[in-house]
Amino acid sequence: MLVYKKEQPVDLVIRGARVLDPAQGLDVVLDVRVDGGVVSQLGSDLPANGHRVIEASGLVLAPAFVDPHVHLRTPGREDEETIASGTAAAAAGGYCAILAMPNTDPVVDSAAVLGKLSELARAEAVIPTGFMAAISKGQAGAELTEMAELADAGAAAFTDDGRPVVAAKLLRRALQYGAVTGRPLALHCEEPSLSHDGQMHEGAVSAELGFTGYPSVAESVMVGRDLALAAYEGGTVHVMHVSARESVDELRRTHAQGFGATAEVTPHHLCLTDEAVRALDSNVKMNPPLRAEEDRQALLEALRDGTIGSIATDHAPHARHEKDAPFEAAPFGVTGLETAFAVLYTRLVESGVLPLELVLERLSAGPARTFGLPVPRIATGEPANLVLLDLGAEWRVQESGFHSRSVNSWLLGETLRGAVRLTVAAGQVAFEA
Amino acid sequence: MTDIRLATNDLVPPDRSPRRHLLSIGDLTRDDVERILGTARALEHSLEREVKKLPTLRGRTVINLFYESSTRTSSSFELAAKRLSADTMTIRAAGSSVDKGESLKDTILTLSAYDPDVIVIRHPQIGAPQLVARYTGASVINAGDGKHQHPTQALLDLYTIEESLGRLEGLHVAIVGDVLHSRVARSLVQALTLVGARSTLVAPPTLLPRGIEALGCETSTDIGAIAAADVVYVLRMQQERMEAGEAFVPSLREYTARWGITPERLRPGQKVMHPGPMNRGVEIDPRVADAVDALIETQVRSGLVVRMAVLYDLLTTGPVAVQAAMEVA
Repeated sequence: MLVYKKEQPVDLVIRGARVLDPAQGLDVVLDVRVDGGVVSQLGSDLPANGHRVIEASGLVLAPAFVDPHVHLRTPGREDEETIASGTAAAAAGGYCAILAMPNTDPVVDSAAVLGKLSELARAEAVIPTGFMAAISKGQAGAELTEMAELADAGAAAFTDDGRPVVAAKLLRRALQYGAVTGRPLALHCEEPSLSHDGQMHEGAVSAELGFTGYPSVAESVMVGRDLALAAYEGGTVHVMHVSARESVDELRRTHAQGFGATAEVTPHHLCLTDEAVRALDSNVKMNPPLRAEEDRQALLEALRDGTIGSIATDHAPHARHEKDAPFEAAPFGVTGLETAFAVLYTRLVESGVLPLELVLERLSAGPARTFGLPVPRIATGEPANLVLLDLGAEWRVQESGFHSRSVNSWLLGETLRGAVRLTVAAGQVAFEA
Repeated sequence: MTDIRLATNDLVPPDRSPRRHLLSIGDLTRDDVERILGTARALEHSLEREVKKLPTLRGRTVINLFYESSTRTSSSFELAAKRLSADTMTIRAAGSSVDKGESLKDTILTLSAYDPDVIVIRHPQIGAPQLVARYTGASVINAGDGKHQHPTQALLDLYTIEESLGRLEGLHVAIVGDVLHSRVARSLVQALTLVGARSTLVAPPTLLPRGIEALGCETSTDIGAIAAADVVYVLRMQQERMEAGEAFVPSLREYTARWGITPERLRPGQKVMHPGPMNRGVEIDPRVADAVDALIETQVRSGLVVRMAVLYDLLTTGPVAVQAAMEVA
């Protein structure tokens, strides 16, 4: 399901880092030894035995991150991102695996397109990469894709992301038929007749700025409908980029009834509110939009209590000339792979809003479990999926620093703390600062 | 050959004060508003002279860039610049490179090569003036961006009200009609709040934006709410913004019956304003539009002097919108 460019597995000794693996309850200063890309030993004063030694005292060594929501823009918009640039960006952000969205040109809706992409990823992906396939052909919302064949060809999950599955009947069919694939449906929940033309969250700020609002209920009524259908059919669904308090309520209600839908939230929805739109900078324009402070608080609470189990970037690169337009004319979406950990650390962990352990778990084990991917663990015999973090390091987010081909980050010019020093993905060094 | 003498001082570029813009009423302080209105009053006297031209902005260049149709705003900006002796030109999207798909950014870079002092921009999309300000060395005046802001309209409305009623503070203005699609309403509410006047928005529920009270106004869906107002400000029913299948009111007929401004709904002495263009017989009864208490033509006249005052203020004296150059979003 995950493919990447195979290179020499690494031999390493990482010495004296605080090894923090919340999923295993591990938080201790240790040496970690990697042989041939596999964690071979954890202990004190491990011998180098000719391996490269990384002195890591004062740094945190954690399981590397997994991003279940990335737009790699390939095929079709390689000017915005390629598999090489997108996975390099992910590696620089501390990720050891990502899942790419199928809303490309052409759409990933056939085994032929998926096969070609996998082949490309084998040639140029610097970290393991999976591809989601579309639920409907051309994401047009009319006919199901050949889901079984796509699953056989390695589709990680199914989604029409970028747009909702508007017809309830089609979603029901996808839930029924999709059961043969054993893969989840990842849902972009948006009622288009309510979000139509909406540029930002509907509220006091949109009223003042004059934007057509994209109200919270445009998301939550669809979350409610989709969860009801999924519960009825017993399908496995994952709600993507939750933004509204009411959507969290829908998830909780479903969980209380014993139906386990998973969900994700983005760093920008955890850190920003619609107040940020006042600057009319197109780099805070995204779908779903930034919502009110009470929504942000509800998302944080849902992340804490596990209602939302994953943090996903929804990394959405856009060409500079397309974002360089009046707010109302600019496309939706922001990049996020290279800033996710640092902004969460700076804005939420340092200020005491979220514990570091929780953020690390939601960035790694949470999404991996949701999508049935190998859970990155720091344990003997496990493939090395490691991120070495310097929590004290300050850095400035600059256009020139990105590995991504696009620079539409909402954090340009900001100073963040928490830098990735090293990413080991599937036993290979994918990034080193 | 005749001796050509160069006055060397002419070759020295004039002092550039920090570049300032007028993008939103939200950028202004009460002092800014009062200073601009005062300047407008002084300029109004100059219009009473036989020769109506002032040399104040001689050698300055003002470019009007209009991406939306406009009669009032574009003509008054053009005339305002001419009355102050600035060089001015008006460019309309239709018939320009915009037709060939040129982006706003590229158009601005092109025009900025002429080193204009001011770019006046009217654009259908919110955020266009902010983008312009980012890419030009000129001062930028927002002449209307989508449903967002139309700050010079709000200033000329304040000027009109003050000239007519002698004050602004403590007055009550009812703004009636399609608030949802109205940049005029948004700018005016902010401006009225700034000078200590009260505003009430009166509209069908579907044309009142949710959360608009945060601007400091009251809202009502009952046309009776205009009774207490000193000024009734009538908004245009913006039919061009009502897409098919997106009807915000069941019919214009029902709108007019319930929210149209008729002589019967006004009390004597209540002033009536309208930013134009009017739909006579829809939001405003023709008898109201032509009555003595209607200030609609005065608004147009005020538009000229207020826009002269804004140009003057941006280019010669203290801050209009103290939105310093590069800070713009």
